[in-house]
Amino acid sequence: MAAGDASAGVAASTAASTAILGRVRLSAPIAAGVPFEVRVLLRHPMETGFRHDELGRPVPRNVIRELVCRRADRELMRASLGSGISANPYLRFFLQVDADCELGFEWVDDAGARGAERVAVKLGAAG
Amino acid sequence: MRRYREARRQLLRSAGACLIIVALPRPVGATGALPAIPELDGWLAGRVPRIERVTLELPRFADNADAVPMNLKVAGPFSDGESVLALRLFSEKNPYPRMAEFHLMPGLARVEIETRVRLAQSQTVVAIAELEHGELLAATAEVTVTASACIDGG
Repeated sequence: MAAGDASAGVAASTAASTAILGRVRLSAPIAAGVPFEVRVLLRHPMETGFRHDELGRPVPRNVIRELVCRRADRELMRASLGSGISANPYLRFFLQVDADCELGFEWVDDAGARGAERVAVKLGAAG
Repeated sequence: MRRYREARRQLLRSAGACLIIVALPRPVGATGALPAIPELDGWLAGRVPRIERVTLELPRFADNADAVPMNLKVAGPFSDGESVLALRLFSEKNPYPRMAEFHLMPGLARVEIETRVRLAQSQTVVAIAELEHGELLAATAEVTVTASACIDGG
């Protein structure tokens, strides 16, 4: 019996099912050194820890506690969120870069589930 | 003519007095403008933010307190050493007063964040901007909640 394979399969599917989905959009066109708009929309219930399920058991708090945007290893934006942020968090903010680059967005919740997205920034390109 | 001048002076003087009376509550309010939030006071540790340049927009009335649109801006321009490095949101009446914290890149020319927040009840929300050289700026917004985000069916 290939026990090792089976557990690896389970681990892989668990990781996939707990990945937090999200979408990142940038405004266009982007010019060097000029702030551009970033919109992030994540799919997450942002459980406050104050709700109870249908059997009356408290639903544990679980929110996306951090969202980080990096360019290479440099952090451009870091948001620490709490239960005061709505379910399916939406963030709109501004960044600026001086050259073509790739931005990495990462987010993590209280349960340790993560999500990530990479977005290429091309100066001057429309759409 | 003289009498007219005297009367005019008198009128101006009383008008000035009226202005002072009207204006008085404002400075008093400005120093104590931030609501008493122990978490905020603890974080401020005696520092007094100036109530300027920050705009915190929340609807005056929130029908759906689970998702209240919020816009937070700090007016530029930001000269060298004056970048906004962090923005913090404090809630007066939510169970967790620290709603969110945003750390920004130095040199960012447009400081604006938009999101949707949850409000447990009618309250004042406080936004604090932290500049590179340590100065603090703040703004508040009062929201009346018509349906709470913390109603629990269970």
